[in-house]
Amino acid sequence: MRMPEQVQRLAIVIGVIAAVVLVGRFVLMPPTLVARELHRSSTEQREAAKPVKFAGSSACQDCHDNVVEKKAKGYHKGLACEGCHGPAVKHTEDPSAVTPAAPRDRKFCPVCHAYDAARPTGFPQINPTAHNPLTPCIGCHDAHDPVPPRTPKACAACHAQIERTKAISTHALLACTTCHTVPEAHKKSPRTVRPSKPQTREFCGTCHAKDAGAKEAAAKGTTATDAAAKRAKTARQAPRVDLSTHGETFQCWQCHYPHLPEGRS
Amino acid sequence: MNKRDFLKGAILFFPAGGLLALARDGARAAAPGPAREAEKAAAPEAPKPSGKRYNPADHYYGMGIEVEKCIGCSRCVEACKAENDVPAEPYFFRTWIERYTVRADGEVAVQSPNQRTRHVETTDDRDVIRTFFVPKLCNHCAQPPCVQVCPVGATFSTEDGVVLVDGERCIGCRYCIQACPYGARYLDPRTRTAGKCTFCYHRVVRGLKPACVEVCPTEARVFGDLRSKASRLVRFRRMNKLNVLKPALNTEPKVYYAQLDGEVR
Repeated sequence: MRMPEQVQRLAIVIGVIAAVVLVGRFVLMPPTLVARELHRSSTEQREAAKPVKFAGSSACQDCHDNVVEKKAKGYHKGLACEGCHGPAVKHTEDPSAVTPAAPRDRKFCPVCHAYDAARPTGFPQINPTAHNPLTPCIGCHDAHDPVPPRTPKACAACHAQIERTKAISTHALLACTTCHTVPEAHKKSPRTVRPSKPQTREFCGTCHAKDAGAKEAAAKGTTATDAAAKRAKTARQAPRVDLSTHGETFQCWQCHYPHLPEGRS
Repeated sequence: MNKRDFLKGAILFFPAGGLLALARDGARAAAPGPAREAEKAAAPEAPKPSGKRYNPADHYYGMGIEVEKCIGCSRCVEACKAENDVPAEPYFFRTWIERYTVRADGEVAVQSPNQRTRHVETTDDRDVIRTFFVPKLCNHCAQPPCVQVCPVGATFSTEDGVVLVDGERCIGCRYCIQACPYGARYLDPRTRTAGKCTFCYHRVVRGLKPACVEVCPTEARVFGDLRSKASRLVRFRRMNKLNVLKPALNTEPKVYYAQLDGEVR
């Protein structure tokens, strides 16, 4: 059977068009253009290209290894550096130009540590209005190694009221033995064997006199112990008075209760 | 123009278009423009520190939340806003903390700090049986209702199990905001497109933790890869009795809650 000529021509034209379409579709077009996931992968790339602002704790370790080491031993070991200091990727890029914030005021710590009934039981919480008002938290607590005030069980068993009072006072971190010498026999016969109490104004003066801490600071350079250094640090922040004029001839504890010293300069 | 001319022109025209496209691709590959740079900056292109390229097929992300550990400090909310450039006002959140209060008469109060980031401390804890915080975020459902309803296919699940929004396709119709049973989406007032948690996709592809997980001080949030045997999330799933939010909706969330109270919706 002979095909009419016009059909033959039409077949050639159709064949050419089909070939062009097939070549265009499978050879010329880049595969990404026909991929159904095109806009998805471009979205993923766009998302992935967004700038990072929190560098991650491992970034801090390289330079601040002393702080990281200290923090790793304390109660704040689970905290990320940037949780308190804020996003710091810019600081890692140019440490001298950008310094991360170091929160020092009283508003910052109660965000976690203010009492809230909904917080889990056992989480350390305070009442910010009663707990040493106006004193910055870092005056008593080292944020990198916070130590809760601990009264030994042996003392607190009987002196629980003093324990609770002292816990919210500026003297919270002082050990009982800082001011009292307790003979071992006091535990067996508490009424007949009494612990010592400070007898002189000069005892309070070791921290609160004008020139207090100078000795410790001097000692720090030679035979520095941790205790002495700590003492010198605490004494540095203690309020100072001139013992020769302050309070005339009264003893310190006639006006200030040492377990909750409320007087502030 | 007669038929012969048209067909001749057509035979020349289609391959010429393809050639032009090829030439353009070649020119783009040779001359790196700003668009090319941005593509290179994208993390999937950049080798990770381990030297391996990021392959989404190797990962499947999820998050674990230990409700008992949440202290409701909202550091995660602030970190999320900082990291992802979420508008500070008018109060849109990609993650937020809810406070549940169950009273003696069976009344359940859910407080979400609508007008601010942080919860204020409550003092009214009369008749409270139990009260706790629940962190919420996009559940990155394996069967996401938001993806089903999107009329333009702008939102989708990635291969690594993250639900993303294509900001260039989104028409801002708010269907997904209505469809999300967890209230995890909002309409960004600046771009008029849907915004939501991305599991900090840009951080995750670089091997970092999401910002909220990074800063959580009590490690109440655990992020991990469900495909990796050594990930913290897999251990978390093994060691805890888990629950998801609204399991009856069969959305198969990938945010797992440990110690979740029955009252949480």
